[in-house]
Amino acid sequence: MLKQKDVTGLLDLSAEEIDEILTVGAEMKQLLRKGVKSLPDLKGKAVTTLFYENSTRTRSSFELAAKFMSANVVNIVAASSSVQKGETLVDTGKTLDAMRNDVIVIRHPMGGAPKLLAKTVKAHVINAGDGMNEHPSQALLDMLTMRETFGQIKGLKVAILGDIRHSRVAKSNLFGLRKLGAEVTMYAPKTLMPTGIDKMGAKVCKSREEAVEGADVVMGLRIQLERQHGGLFPSLGEYAKFYGVNEEVMKYAKKTAIVMHPGPVNRGVELTCSLIDGDKSKIEDQVFSGVAVRMALLKLLTMQEAER
Amino acid sequence: MILKNAQVVLGDEVKKADLKIENGVIAEIGTNLKGGEALDLTGLTVLPGLIDMHVHLREPGFEKKENIESGARAAVKGGFTQVCCMPNTSPVIDNKVVVTYIKAREKEVNLCKINPIGAITKGQEGQELAAIGGMKGAGVVALSEDGKTVPDTKIMSLAMQYASDFNLKCLCHCEDKGLVDGGVVNEGYSSTLTGLKGSIRAAEDIIIAREICLAESLNLPVHICHVSTYSGVQLIREAKERGVQVTAETCPHYFTLTDEVIRTFDTNTKVNPPLREEKDRLAIVAGLKDGTLDCIVTDHAPHHADDKNVEYNLAAFGISGLETSFALSYTGLVKGGVLTLPQLAYKMSTAPAEILDLKGGKIEAGAPADLTIVDLNEEWTIDPNEFVSKGKNTPFAGTKVTGRVKYTVVDGEIKYEEKRK
Repeated sequence: MLKQKDVTGLLDLSAEEIDEILTVGAEMKQLLRKGVKSLPDLKGKAVTTLFYENSTRTRSSFELAAKFMSANVVNIVAASSSVQKGETLVDTGKTLDAMRNDVIVIRHPMGGAPKLLAKTVKAHVINAGDGMNEHPSQALLDMLTMRETFGQIKGLKVAILGDIRHSRVAKSNLFGLRKLGAEVTMYAPKTLMPTGIDKMGAKVCKSREEAVEGADVVMGLRIQLERQHGGLFPSLGEYAKFYGVNEEVMKYAKKTAIVMHPGPVNRGVELTCSLIDGDKSKIEDQVFSGVAVRMALLKLLTMQEAER
Repeated sequence: MILKNAQVVLGDEVKKADLKIENGVIAEIGTNLKGGEALDLTGLTVLPGLIDMHVHLREPGFEKKENIESGARAAVKGGFTQVCCMPNTSPVIDNKVVVTYIKAREKEVNLCKINPIGAITKGQEGQELAAIGGMKGAGVVALSEDGKTVPDTKIMSLAMQYASDFNLKCLCHCEDKGLVDGGVVNEGYSSTLTGLKGSIRAAEDIIIAREICLAESLNLPVHICHVSTYSGVQLIREAKERGVQVTAETCPHYFTLTDEVIRTFDTNTKVNPPLREEKDRLAIVAGLKDGTLDCIVTDHAPHHADDKNVEYNLAAFGISGLETSFALSYTGLVKGGVLTLPQLAYKMSTAPAEILDLKGGKIEAGAPADLTIVDLNEEWTIDPNEFVSKGKNTPFAGTKVTGRVKYTVVDGEIKYEEKRK
């Protein structure tokens, strides 16, 4: 049973809690497959999405998830610049609380912001991505897709390649996958590999081939062009050539291996176009899992009041 | 006044002695001294008045965080008879007018001695030298760009040379801004775990090495502020071994904490340079023991709650340290078996006096009666709500420590006496 008031990261969730979210997520996915898009679980509840960073898929995924559960939804899009110039996060949180919000979904460019908000407000807080810290709902949806594909997470080998240093997705996946008994390998240019990630349970590899060897899941992470300007690698073309995942690299993975990407994907950079569009690709199923897993999170958090 | 029946730190020894104070100076040290009012200090220990050569008092300009009066109150409560205040105020202490203002406030407040430190460059902008001669005449005891490094090595070398004409040392905050690149914590396991942007040790070490190279090349003294890295300690140790005139300080948080404490995102753990790892902490302790690190300072950096109750990235750097420094140092270093009590007194009083050529730092006949009187047996728990500093920002809330300041005596006058609860 999900006991915590907030979901700020997978580091703070137990294996049992993660498993429960995935189980409820799978049920939601079944209902959605049947075309059920109106569930009563959040009727009379208010959900606000508070986004300090640009996002299309995560924000709309949360919004749809809440609406499919009959919640009233308000979307606040604040420019990143308002983090420094506008009202403080603590004051914004108090305001949203005073408006009787039940759940606040926050995305923020700085690590730890959802925890600060969670400490301030009575509403449940869901982290929709904070700086380089965590993106729990993304990792949960990735795990839901993996679980549905392979039946269980335990024993899977997941290879993560791309900009791991700046990736909250990589970290949330690492924490969650390790808790559920998967093996995680990683490969990136040294400039995009964070210090000490090996001590968190990832196997840091010396080549693409080593990382992908025997993998069930090959996950590419988005490379941002601004990193090139920061001197972290010379060009997207060079990245694709030496670090990208292509058919040759995929030969090292299991025959049954799937290809994943949290999106938005740079076609031909992290993954070749034929892999993105090929039958190993689960990229669209990830998006589907996203709505389902977010419905599960909203349901499990707001159920806590009913139980009390 | 006669201080009776205390244990007194006299040089390398701790002896039972009476101290006779006349006209603000120590007139006589002996046994069974008579004449005048007596203060019985049975069970207490007298140290040479503590000196903190690195504090931020925030006045003028940032009085919401601290002012000279609240800072001085915190100082005497922490046992400090003298503090040296850094120039990153508004306006910056870069000319004699601001220095004169601070000296006037020192007299008005009349608690501890306040020694201003002047900026190295005008406005701490790193371009032109500040009015160094004029500031010396008005009372600065050193120069520093603290809060930043003088980015241009040529300007830094000229500043060291010009300052030496006025017998002033440069106290160097060592930080390669380009390499830090917005980092807010030490780069390592904890930064990756939290996703907070890290800064590698080299960002500090490169500038420590630069200042050592300048001091060696120019044959001039230099002082390194708030050393936090194991590799920085080693650079200083090697420089001292080959005779470079380098001195260095560290702070209680660097020998007490590691960056593990950032994992809660508590912004009171945000400090510059950042808390590092256990091997750094151990090297700081070893550096204090073998004399590589000459003295302990607080880098007292008080902030208003508004500056800390925000996202970690946006929070101000700094720890309010004056009221916890002695207890943390005594607990960690003396009770921890690293230093003897006289050695701790040296680090917190004698050494800063020697480095900055200040009066004080010793208990001897004829010296100013600047004394810190402590109970070395009292155990207490740090509670920021009890701070008299306006800055309640400490990562040590709830920490149990031993050693409590009972009286602070400045020029023979009791400026602080702990009120019994």
